[in-house]
Amino acid sequence: MEILSLLAGGVLTALEPLNLMLIIAGVSVGLFIGAMPGLGSVNGVAILLPITFLVPPGSAIIFLAAIYYGAMYGGAISSVTLGIPGASTAVATTFDGRPLALQGRASLALVTAALASFVGGSVANILFTLFAPVLATLALSFGPPEIFALMLLAFATFVGLGGDDIPKTVFSICLGLVLASVGFDTISGEPRLVLFDIPGFLRGIGFIVLAIGVYGIGEMLWTIEQTRGEVTTTNPRMTARGMMNDTREAVQRGWKGTTIGSFLGFFVGILPAAGATPGSLMSYGVAKMVSRRPELFGRGNPDGVAAPEAANNSASTGAMLPMLTLGIPGSPTTAILLGGMVIWGLVPGPRLFVDQPDFVWGLIGSFYISNFAAVLINLAFIPLFVWMLRMPFTILAPMIFVLSIVGGYAASRSIHDLWLIVIFGISAFFLRKFDYPLAPAVLAIVLGPIAEPTLRQSLLLSSGDPSIFFTRPISAPIMVFAIVLILLPAVKLFRRRKTETAAAE
Amino acid sequence: MRKGEISLAGLLTLLSLYLMWKSTELPVGYIRGEGPGGGAWPFWLSVIMLLSCIAIAVNWWRGTSPPSRSEEAMLDSYGWRTLLLVGGGVAVFVALINIVSMYGAIAIFLFYYMRLLGRHSLLLTSTIALVTPVAMFFFFEGAMQIPMPQGMAFTQPVFDVLYDILY
Repeated sequence: MEILSLLAGGVLTALEPLNLMLIIAGVSVGLFIGAMPGLGSVNGVAILLPITFLVPPGSAIIFLAAIYYGAMYGGAISSVTLGIPGASTAVATTFDGRPLALQGRASLALVTAALASFVGGSVANILFTLFAPVLATLALSFGPPEIFALMLLAFATFVGLGGDDIPKTVFSICLGLVLASVGFDTISGEPRLVLFDIPGFLRGIGFIVLAIGVYGIGEMLWTIEQTRGEVTTTNPRMTARGMMNDTREAVQRGWKGTTIGSFLGFFVGILPAAGATPGSLMSYGVAKMVSRRPELFGRGNPDGVAAPEAANNSASTGAMLPMLTLGIPGSPTTAILLGGMVIWGLVPGPRLFVDQPDFVWGLIGSFYISNFAAVLINLAFIPLFVWMLRMPFTILAPMIFVLSIVGGYAASRSIHDLWLIVIFGISAFFLRKFDYPLAPAVLAIVLGPIAEPTLRQSLLLSSGDPSIFFTRPISAPIMVFAIVLILLPAVKLFRRRKTETAAAE
Repeated sequence: MRKGEISLAGLLTLLSLYLMWKSTELPVGYIRGEGPGGGAWPFWLSVIMLLSCIAIAVNWWRGTSPPSRSEEAMLDSYGWRTLLLVGGGVAVFVALINIVSMYGAIAIFLFYYMRLLGRHSLLLTSTIALVTPVAMFFFFEGAMQIPMPQGMAFTQPVFDVLYDILY
């Protein structure tokens, strides 16, 4: 009952005029950003974070969470109408969404995506409300060794489950952590890693500089180079009567995928560093696997649209769970949200539920309102978003570059940081060309300032003995799990070699 | 792509070595009673970066990563042109901020991008290139109270007019 009354208070906070306005604005902006090819929630949140300093922290995070939500809905629009995923989280939506559009059923695909997203979001909200307070209470007993073990687990997830080139993933994580340590050593107070003796580095490298560089400049360069301006739009014919029929068909032919995506997405989203992309891909795979007619997948099956769309919304809420309760982001977007909270003077983690209950429950309440707002705005304005998608990229791209640079300056007030944004952007473009994953670096620059002090404090507590991590009841299993995840790719490789050798003999 | 991958790994090896060397300006070992030295964290992470670069090079030599097996060019002429005109354009945009102010640089960048790269009409380009920085001026200086760089002295008369409207 206590949870219900807290939630009711949170929903009322979210319905305050300023917050409601920000939810509607955030969802609309998110829908548009999510719909743009190559841009996803992470780009929107990274680019727009600096302008949220105008409103109180509670309202700022509600705005950013609404962008996150809207972008998850919006990703499907370009996957269906352009055949280009709006973001990596909507890649699986193209598998069946695009064939449906090419059959003249774009409207069915879009309605299925919107309804599945709504159900996914609703299921995730309920699970979040039930799990968050329990996890936060448990996390109150965490000391530095436990927190460091969790950090290691977040990075281990990238190595073990990321699916990217392992040495490149490890490089990316370490680079992010080293960049986070530039500036001053927080314990001795001495200058550290003042690169090339340029005084601007004394201020450190803010996570937002790397995030805007990677997701604002780098991603745009990548999109311009990849699409070469050749984008063809499929126009859905949307009428009220047609949408009613589509809704009925979407429910009948997409309920299975929606159910799978809603639950699987949430639990994959909780995993540190997993997030919505693997959640949506796994849900698509499972929906296909359990289907009686898997051969229909990839040819325009509404279940194939529903599963990834329900999952990416569900996972985006799931990813907020470790961020708010443990202070560990579950996705790159939540990493940026976490960085924003630190700038606003809030400390994410279990104490947040005790010290700032109004903030936490206001945010949770906003998830429910955002979900409603997103499905309504999405369904009502699909034709408008499709029209806006036809805006030439040569107008949209310079606008995004301008927003990135102006936003970067507003956050740091330093020209030095603007140069860093340009350098990070161009470097990100080249690193991505050679399959270096960049999300781990962004996550690492956010977690670095937490990971280093907790490691040093832990070692100080144990007089330099690293066994402290393996002798405490909570940190020990987390460390063991993290080490297993780190070793997982090596075990897989070893087993594959053994099988190949056996086959050769 | 094959040559590009090993060249990039080489560059990143140099970066790792530089970061290792730079980290040693502070102690990198364990100091009794104080815990790990201030340079330990970045130093050992840079060591892991170096080891990763060696692993990337080994994978390249064995041909196990997709770029190491690709004979395609890293970037074709369109790619290089894009990088030069777009990436270079953004760099010039930042360089212009201290000369013609943030808002002046926005106007020049938008004009350059939309007119020269996008081939949009002069009317559309000029309208967007002028309206955007003016709207941003009122948003940042008026609503958010965040002053943006105003460039060199010759831009002052324009700012005087805008501030007269604002206050």
